Amino acid sequence: MSDPVTQTGLTREEMARRAAQDIPNGWYVNLGIGIPERVVKYVPEGREVIYHTENGLLGMGPSPGPGSGDPELINAGKRQVTAIPGAAFFHHADSFTMIRGGHIDLCVLGALQVSNKGDLANWSTGAADAIPAVGGAMDLVAGVKTIYVITQHTTKDGTPKLVASCTYPLTGPGVVDRIYTDLAVIDVTDDGFKLVELTPGVDYDYVAERTGAALLPIAEAS
Amino acid sequence: MIDKRVVSAESAVADIPDGATVMIGGFGEAGSPIELIHALIDQGATDLTVVNNNTGSGEVGLAALIKAGRVSKMICSYPRTANSTVFPELYHSGRTALELVPQGTLAERIRAGGAGIPAFYTPTSVGTPLEEGKERRIFGGRDYVLEYGLTADFALIKCLRADSYGNLVYNRTARNFSPVMATAATTTIVQAQEVVVPGEIDPEVVVTPGIFVHRIVAVPNPAHESVLVAEGTSYP
Repeated sequence: MSDPVTQTGLTREEMARRAAQDIPNGWYVNLGIGIPERVVKYVPEGREVIYHTENGLLGMGPSPGPGSGDPELINAGKRQVTAIPGAAFFHHADSFTMIRGGHIDLCVLGALQVSNKGDLANWSTGAADAIPAVGGAMDLVAGVKTIYVITQHTTKDGTPKLVASCTYPLTGPGVVDRIYTDLAVIDVTDDGFKLVELTPGVDYDYVAERTGAALLPIAEAS
Repeated sequence: MIDKRVVSAESAVADIPDGATVMIGGFGEAGSPIELIHALIDQGATDLTVVNNNTGSGEVGLAALIKAGRVSKMICSYPRTANSTVFPELYHSGRTALELVPQGTLAERIRAGGAGIPAFYTPTSVGTPLEEGKERRIFGGRDYVLEYGLTADFALIKCLRADSYGNLVYNRTARNFSPVMATAATTTIVQAQEVVVPGEIDPEVVVTPGIFVHRIVAVPNPAHESVLVAEGTSYP
């Protein structure tokens, strides 16, 4: 059994840093809004990654310094960004040609829920009084080759976000490849969730108890 | 001599009738043709169907048009924005309808509409609530849904530089939906920060060829939505 004392997981910055370690050199990457945006700061030295933002920029750079931004140079989250030397601007249909045509290597997204079949729910709680807003998420999961999710392992009240079946409306079925949480790195396989790595100081039982579906331990990995 | 310049935003939008479908360029504030939208508010046309990625912020530009009760239907991908309270109120009261379209599908529907393509298949939204009511078909073992091309009576867009033939160059990520919207509208109205004579824009860098543009208004110092919102401006 796991220690009844709360085991400490990664912070949001640490989750972003952990995911960044797995981005190969030379990939074209789209980062979703929220924790995924922070990944850009942690790609290891010596690797070159080109960032795509769906509102029409390939070669997105970091935030501008105070007072030097342009309200017409923004990212998908509508925050001001910069363009690196060698960047390109294009219109929306070309941008989603990159996405839906399978030209983007990786997209890193946030999640409300992920199922052990790789179903992703990240755009709506389905609440009757909510304004539905989907943006480009459905296009990204339908068209990008590899989908990583960064998310807390559970909601604030301890409800698992990794589940057997999503209860929230889907963004796409069977699309998630790997999940980075505060407690672990988990792959979505044909056999369901498979543990890849535990956060130091966190044990298997602690993660499994907080996962809403079976979690294959590292030892059973083939 | 072809010259698509008109003297003012007011005259450029004067003939937009009640019930028109209007595509409005911009992604958030980037590329939003605020001066043309404000002229449309002053003009008074109502019962409009508006196509834009968002629903504006604060009480200026698109949000002001919605607040004025002129928009009976929004076609957009993301009707939630910081500082946006106008659309949620009208949506919840049932006074403004919403057609929610995934962003890439929205761009492609507009592109197809402009290209004379009535419909196309895409994998986006398969297996989600947004697939409801759409025809599904399998190609190469994968499921796709049928989406229809989208056209409009008018497009209102903003660019950095235009020549009097209507060739356009945009500013950075303010380009977004405007080039495809220009192709999909019967009448495309452009506000340009600078209007030059034909030949001054290198043909190699023209983004929107003039054939897609019908009216050009010079707006040398366009307002930025975020600045107006920060100042607490409410239009009119």
